Amino acid sequence: MSMGKPLPHDAAPLHVTGQARYVDDIPLPGNALHLAFGLSTVAHGEITGIDLSAVRSAPGVVAVLSADDLPDMPDCSPSAHDEPLLAVKTVHYVGQPVFLVIAGSHLAARKAARLGKVTYRELPALLTVDEALAAGSRFEQGPVVWAKGDAGRAIAGAAHVVEGSFEVGGQEHFYLEGQVAAALPQEGGDMIVHSSTQHPTEVQHKVAHALHLPMSAVRVEVRRMGGGFGGKESQGNALAIACALAARLTGRPARMRYDRDDDMMITGKRHDLRITYRAGVDAEGRVLGLEFQHLVRCGWSQDLSLPVADRAMLHADNCYHLPHIRIESHRLKTNTQSATAFRGFGGPQGMVGIERVMDHVAHVVGRDALAVRKANFYRAAAPAGASGGDISEQKKLAGGVGEADLTSRGAAGQAGSHVLPPDGPVQTTPYHMPVEDFIGHELVAELERTSDYAARKAAIAAWNEGSPILKRGIALTPVKFGISFTLTWLNQAGALVHVYQDGSIHLNHGGTEMGQGLFQKVAQVTAAVFGVDASLVKITATDTAKVPNTSATAASSGADLNGMAAKAAAETIRGRLAEFIAEKHQVKPASVRFVDGQVRVAGEVYGWAQVVAWAYQARVSLSSTGFYATPKIVWDRVRGTGRPFFYFAYGAAVTEVVIDRLTGENRILRADVLHDTGTSLNPALDIGQVEGAYMQGAGWLTTEELVWDGKGRLATHAPSTYKIPACSDRPRVFNVALWGRPNREDAVGKSKAVGEPPFMLGISVLMALSDAVAACGDGSVYPGLDAPATAERVLAAVRRQHV
Amino acid sequence: MTEISFLLNGAPVTVADQPPTRTLLDWLREVRGLTGTKEGCNEGDCGACTVMVTDAEGSRALNACILFLAQLHGRAVRTVEGIAGPDGSLHPVQQAMITHHGSQCGFCTPGFIVSMAVGHAQGRRDHDDVLAGNLCRCTGYAPIIRAAEAAQAAPVPAWMHADTSFLFAEISPGSGGGAPGAFHPRDSDALAEWYLANPEAVLIAGATDVGLWVTKQLRDLTPVAFLNGVRDLQAIEEQGGQLHIGAGVTISALLDAVKDRLPSLGELLRRYASVQVRNAATIGGNIANGSPIGDGPPALIALGATLHLRRGDAMRAMALEDFFLEYRKQDRLPGEFVAGVSVPGSAPALRCYKLSKRFDQDISAVCGCFNVTVEAGVITRARIAFGGMAGVPKRAAAAEAALVGKGWSLATLEAAAAAMAGDFTPLSDMRASAGYRMQTAQTMMIRYFHDLSGVPVSVLEVTP
Repeated sequence: MSMGKPLPHDAAPLHVTGQARYVDDIPLPGNALHLAFGLSTVAHGEITGIDLSAVRSAPGVVAVLSADDLPDMPDCSPSAHDEPLLAVKTVHYVGQPVFLVIAGSHLAARKAARLGKVTYRELPALLTVDEALAAGSRFEQGPVVWAKGDAGRAIAGAAHVVEGSFEVGGQEHFYLEGQVAAALPQEGGDMIVHSSTQHPTEVQHKVAHALHLPMSAVRVEVRRMGGGFGGKESQGNALAIACALAARLTGRPARMRYDRDDDMMITGKRHDLRITYRAGVDAEGRVLGLEFQHLVRCGWSQDLSLPVADRAMLHADNCYHLPHIRIESHRLKTNTQSATAFRGFGGPQGMVGIERVMDHVAHVVGRDALAVRKANFYRAAAPAGASGGDISEQKKLAGGVGEADLTSRGAAGQAGSHVLPPDGPVQTTPYHMPVEDFIGHELVAELERTSDYAARKAAIAAWNEGSPILKRGIALTPVKFGISFTLTWLNQAGALVHVYQDGSIHLNHGGTEMGQGLFQKVAQVTAAVFGVDASLVKITATDTAKVPNTSATAASSGADLNGMAAKAAAETIRGRLAEFIAEKHQVKPASVRFVDGQVRVAGEVYGWAQVVAWAYQARVSLSSTGFYATPKIVWDRVRGTGRPFFYFAYGAAVTEVVIDRLTGENRILRADVLHDTGTSLNPALDIGQVEGAYMQGAGWLTTEELVWDGKGRLATHAPSTYKIPACSDRPRVFNVALWGRPNREDAVGKSKAVGEPPFMLGISVLMALSDAVAACGDGSVYPGLDAPATAERVLAAVRRQHV
Repeated sequence: MTEISFLLNGAPVTVADQPPTRTLLDWLREVRGLTGTKEGCNEGDCGACTVMVTDAEGSRALNACILFLAQLHGRAVRTVEGIAGPDGSLHPVQQAMITHHGSQCGFCTPGFIVSMAVGHAQGRRDHDDVLAGNLCRCTGYAPIIRAAEAAQAAPVPAWMHADTSFLFAEISPGSGGGAPGAFHPRDSDALAEWYLANPEAVLIAGATDVGLWVTKQLRDLTPVAFLNGVRDLQAIEEQGGQLHIGAGVTISALLDAVKDRLPSLGELLRRYASVQVRNAATIGGNIANGSPIGDGPPALIALGATLHLRRGDAMRAMALEDFFLEYRKQDRLPGEFVAGVSVPGSAPALRCYKLSKRFDQDISAVCGCFNVTVEAGVITRARIAFGGMAGVPKRAAAAEAALVGKGWSLATLEAAAAAMAGDFTPLSDMRASAGYRMQTAQTMMIRYFHDLSGVPVSVLEVTP
């Protein structure tokens, strides 16, 4: 059985020898062109003049395009059609592409792009959420408000009211491979595009739209990305469109990659936001009523901000039952990069809000933060099969066609109607979804035991007594993350499986490989269907010509969706083989077994390849597509009600830190993680996801600080100034274990999605820092750390403490 | 001679007609089609382009993105494509990275492999330091460290010795050679004469900063001189308790030389950028560059360093702090270059404190270096210098004055910390606010007191 084996990443031997090929490594014909954008230098302004003469005459330049040359300006947006490839009349942020250089080399294009002379009449720029709020600059008409119960009344009647506000910083993806695309013109105007994208169908759609071609004339191929993390869900559109345009214009292949500084200046990042909270709690710290306000800085264009802000609201509860809650979300439009998808897609921001509340409540009621967290947990899971509520589905068909980005998460959703289940034996989320599968109680208890949480907490307190300058802190935070695209129709996938006459297997599906090991997992699923070794399965590049209408590899859905689709395709072929061989032996097809590379039928044992060869000679089709659509989900995003998620993935982390009260310097000492991946499809790959996500989450909340200056210029646009975790920042003791119990829902192999959920384990770092800061004072002042908790912010919090 | 000759993955290559500032990375990828070496940042901060460079001094890891082809003349380069054996058998670190799941997206992996292979050949066990210059965004590093540990005991494959056993004379004719339009002096006399005649030229030692003028500012540099062949500037000599450090000494070599005798300086240098950068960067470049946030000068000033400058045949010396006049302006004449720096070989009370957003591979927000002499309980001499607090590396004169003649006590240091407010008017930038800089410069004084008293003051020394 290949499923469940800790096989290495399928491309690992290629990675370590430098043979793994990324888009910039693909050899292009010698006449290939290279592109670079000239960028806006002001945050908001009317373009009063563009002088590109020096650009045009620069060495190696073939052509230069600006809005004047493109009356039919292509659009790059995955949602609201509000992102012209090149600025038209007005620029909206520093870094916005204004003109496009087409040159003979990457360096020539970059050099020439510096020579453009663009003049602006500067307009007032809205850079902060305060400025945008005051100006009424927002997406959608007003704030989105979701409510359950009566939060105001519950807070009014509570023993304590805990209030606060804090900043949650954004995050640069810092995929090691920057954005890159290449386009190769084909006969009849067709286009082949290689793109480092998580969403080939989106690129196909946008390129087709830009070139006025049907989608069938554009083929997009993605073998692998050098990291994505959400940053390649929509942000690669511009490069692919630019390449296609240049290829169309010149008839030559074109490639574009952003230099790192350009990449960070041009592309969107994780949404930063300010969270304000008001909680009414009882003496034990149970939250009776809660109000959240999210001020979400979306940047200049809509991109995916609406579903991101939705998901922040959808994770405002995390593991806690909040009977009376009101969440108000403002999606603010600012003159900065358009914030975009990033691992967790708003979920981490929503979750850090409630974890902050728990930490603050614990301080106010004087209880251990973990005790307060547990007091607020959802009720434990009902036995599998019990229904938590009655949701009657009534799906409507999507309306939009033509230009609509139907496969983008930015597409406008349709409401599904359903009956709201009441809080009964199974408690419901703030959006009225029954939490049927809550395993937080057992999982946290297990982690408390394995991490020795209680004893270490006591030991830390004693250590701090004897340490005047250095102080330790510890925190345990849980994670509950909803799995499914909230735009329900995206929860579908296709696959294509061929079995060749020699028994080798060709696998293709709609998911993309960005390092997460998706291809290996799906190969393992496929091999398991045939009872063969995973090495027999040839993994191939994602290709819109093989599997159409794919959803982005996003929302942690890759293995769930594509694994099921591949399984369906493989089962179709296996069914044909079983029928064929069963008929030969005059037995029922169901009695045929495919195991260990063998086919067992009626007491006979044949080699897999032998049976395949016979089937071929008997004219049995050995190729099939497969399709999957996630069941059970229904969601009304306007009302904020429904079952947006097929299931939840859980986890918890204990982090111990040390801080220096003189400088605010801090580091992680130890982390213990227990994470729920259901029955893992590949525990090695899953642990890799958990470890990496923890560190990425820790970086988000500690050293990864994005700084814009007063003119809206991003000051941290390279690794020299933007600091993702380095090797020595990882916890010296880092214990990661998988929970390992099967998913109660019928997900592929009873596994659970793993891409995003463990990112939020990093929240334990922020809370441990809060604990350490509190140890610097007399207990009267709540630390109130903003994120990222840089040394500077930690020191500021220490200085607010009363000694 | 307008050719550059070197070994590439074991085979001699000769490159002609490349501009003197063509980077190795671009040449590998665009001319040679060796695309295993990746561009992640093009500024020496991510390590995805790491290559192994071998010469008579041994093998080292360098960032190919800010390494000019002309610097390679007479040396040997091994890229990720040359780390596996000639028959395709994997290097132990390659196999360990597969076995221990050390690659995910794989884009940083070639750079890690090269850094690990060099560290492996050198018998290094300090993997965090060896790999501090390689960023990975996927794994969180734990499996990479597991791989490095798993491979560390394996014997070094024979093919990894091939470059050192090669006769460099075969590719490095004594007459020199090099890039067209570039000068490759073999000694400081030749450099002095040429620079006097070409005072507008750019001198390139390690290229860890000048490299960015090319890759980020897209400047065309000419004329240029490459200093890596100037052997007489690359020595560290001890004389009468003083260390004379040639300007061409790399930070790596300096770190090796001082880590035992000046351990706090050693620790500061350990956190100076990354292995790849320290292997290229020179102390002369660090000083001549004049950056207000370079880590060398504050420490050297606190030590009481003397700077040696040369112009033609004329030498002059000055206190290092006097070299830095104002932001990016130094007391250096046209055609004059930094020849070396002298420091005391011992300074038991020297403490160097570096504050940065990230501990490794980061630039200081504040770098404070303290060297106070206490005799019979009274402070007789104080040298305190900071980076990041002014437009130049600068002494804290008011704070020093507040110390000298006072008794060594926390109260004295607190008073000196308060006095420091008169020394600096720091700026706010993306690394830190002015307020934080001033606060921490002052609290470093308090830290210094506790540090010399034996109280633990560094989060880096706390173990789980």
